[in-house]
Amino acid sequence: MGNRNLTALGTIWIKECTRFLRIWIQTLVPPAITMSLYFVIFGSLIGSRIGQMDGFSYMEFIVPGLIMMSVITNSYANVSSSFFSAKFQRNIEELLVAPVPSWIIVLGFVGGGVARAILIGIIVTLVSLFFVDIQIHNFAVIIVTLILTSSLFATAGLINAVYAKTFDDISMVPTFVLTPLTYLGGVFYSLSLLPEFWQMVSKANPIVYMVNGFRYGFLGISDVNYLVSLGLLVGFNLVMFTIAYQLINRGVGIRS
Amino acid sequence: MKALDISGLTKTYKGGTQALKGIDLHVNEGDFFALLGPNGAGKSTTIGVISSLVNKSSGTVNVFGHSVDDDLVAAKSCIGLVPQEFNFNQFETLHQIVVNQAGYYGVPRNIAKKRAEKYLKQLDLWEKRNEPARELSGGMKRRLMIARALMHEPKMLILDEPTAGVDIEIRRSMWTFLKEINQQGITIILTTHYLEEAEMLCRNIAIIDKGIIVENTSMKALLSKLNMETFVLDLPVQSKQPSLTGFVFRNIDDHTLEVDVEKDIGLNDVFRQLTEQGVTVLSMRNKANRLEELFVRMVESGRKKQAGAA
Repeated sequence: MGNRNLTALGTIWIKECTRFLRIWIQTLVPPAITMSLYFVIFGSLIGSRIGQMDGFSYMEFIVPGLIMMSVITNSYANVSSSFFSAKFQRNIEELLVAPVPSWIIVLGFVGGGVARAILIGIIVTLVSLFFVDIQIHNFAVIIVTLILTSSLFATAGLINAVYAKTFDDISMVPTFVLTPLTYLGGVFYSLSLLPEFWQMVSKANPIVYMVNGFRYGFLGISDVNYLVSLGLLVGFNLVMFTIAYQLINRGVGIRS
Repeated sequence: MKALDISGLTKTYKGGTQALKGIDLHVNEGDFFALLGPNGAGKSTTIGVISSLVNKSSGTVNVFGHSVDDDLVAAKSCIGLVPQEFNFNQFETLHQIVVNQAGYYGVPRNIAKKRAEKYLKQLDLWEKRNEPARELSGGMKRRLMIARALMHEPKMLILDEPTAGVDIEIRRSMWTFLKEINQQGITIILTTHYLEEAEMLCRNIAIIDKGIIVENTSMKALLSKLNMETFVLDLPVQSKQPSLTGFVFRNIDDHTLEVDVEKDIGLNDVFRQLTEQGVTVLSMRNKANRLEELFVRMVESGRKKQAGAA
């Protein structure tokens, strides 16, 4: 990567980070409050009645899933809203007239989404420390899963924004696709509690692999092999990045 | 070297609208060039294609010898664009907007900050540097877009109606600034609806209408085509309306006279005849801007030709 591209990438990334930090009340505070409520209601109040899940207290069991849930929704929302706003206000043209390669544009926006997701991950983890002592089984798996998951959903958010024509279009996928898949992705329960048929169906949900890979990093338990999770994440990332690159390069939704 | 070399450029939008019908346009390095045309003539599409915001249908575009098809990075680096619509992030500060723009062109941040100070000061925006762009007046926003376009120090600046909606004082200060940077060697291409602006600033001119270049010449050559001008003479209130022999004239009211004067005849005879009638001329002006008359004439004749060809 030449110096020019590196400078352009750094500029887009700083601009993206500055954006979500400037509006921190909208971007950083809500996940902290929402997750605190989850910890209080599902962890402390209901969780104490549920008992143990796969050998861990219910609170310990749901913490990795809840962190992952925040990471997924925030990485997606960051890029979809930022890129769509840039299209809407037409300041995407600042990038289009400059000699910035399409892959740098994709990397810059996705990098911004990953940065917000990591920051949210840290905030939610810190909040969870008020409720439970967190143990770490494999720190490298946690970090790799966190980065790959956030980059995957940030890229998906970018693709959504490329096609979006109204603000409604960028809220449809999170509402009708991401939220159901996340809630059914093993955040609140172990797949082993489901009948065999529904276990098979659940394994078609990609978020199951992300939640379980992440849980493996914390607790050392998983409904699926964590290497399969990481492999799928790498594969999904490559596919989504290629799609996003092609869309930006062809100017879909951004060039006449 | 040609700063801009366009040949056979066409653009048909998805809905079937043919915005450009094969235009050829050549702009010399260092020129101050006006691209004029009525609304919807194809000016912004042409600028969009040059600056990569619009995909062309066919034809070639070279910027300082760099083809936008084969050497887009080099071509883009030569261009600074001041678009017609405000297209910066309204929530960012002026400083962030210009420094980021430099970054997109690969200008390191420390250099970008120095240039930001230079251009924001030159355009009288330095005091506002930490304010969000949405709080600027219309004139300041226009100047911000000029500062932003200069941050990577381009060889060519394209301005799409840069003074639209700007008061006369700011417009004149922008003209002075543009003249200065043109004298420093930056090629400038300007579209405007203020024909006085084009006449005052530009050395060469193209008139585009309905996707076709109807005239492409020097400003001097174009103005020399104007062989008849209409003058408006302000007189004291007259009890008897003045009359002129050998001229087409109109008494508009009891103190205003309009006279059509052929270029090679001159005004001396008009004044002589009025003096003989005891009429004092208080003041005099052109009825319309000279370029405006030519512009209307060119566009009308272009349309007649197109209608004839069809």
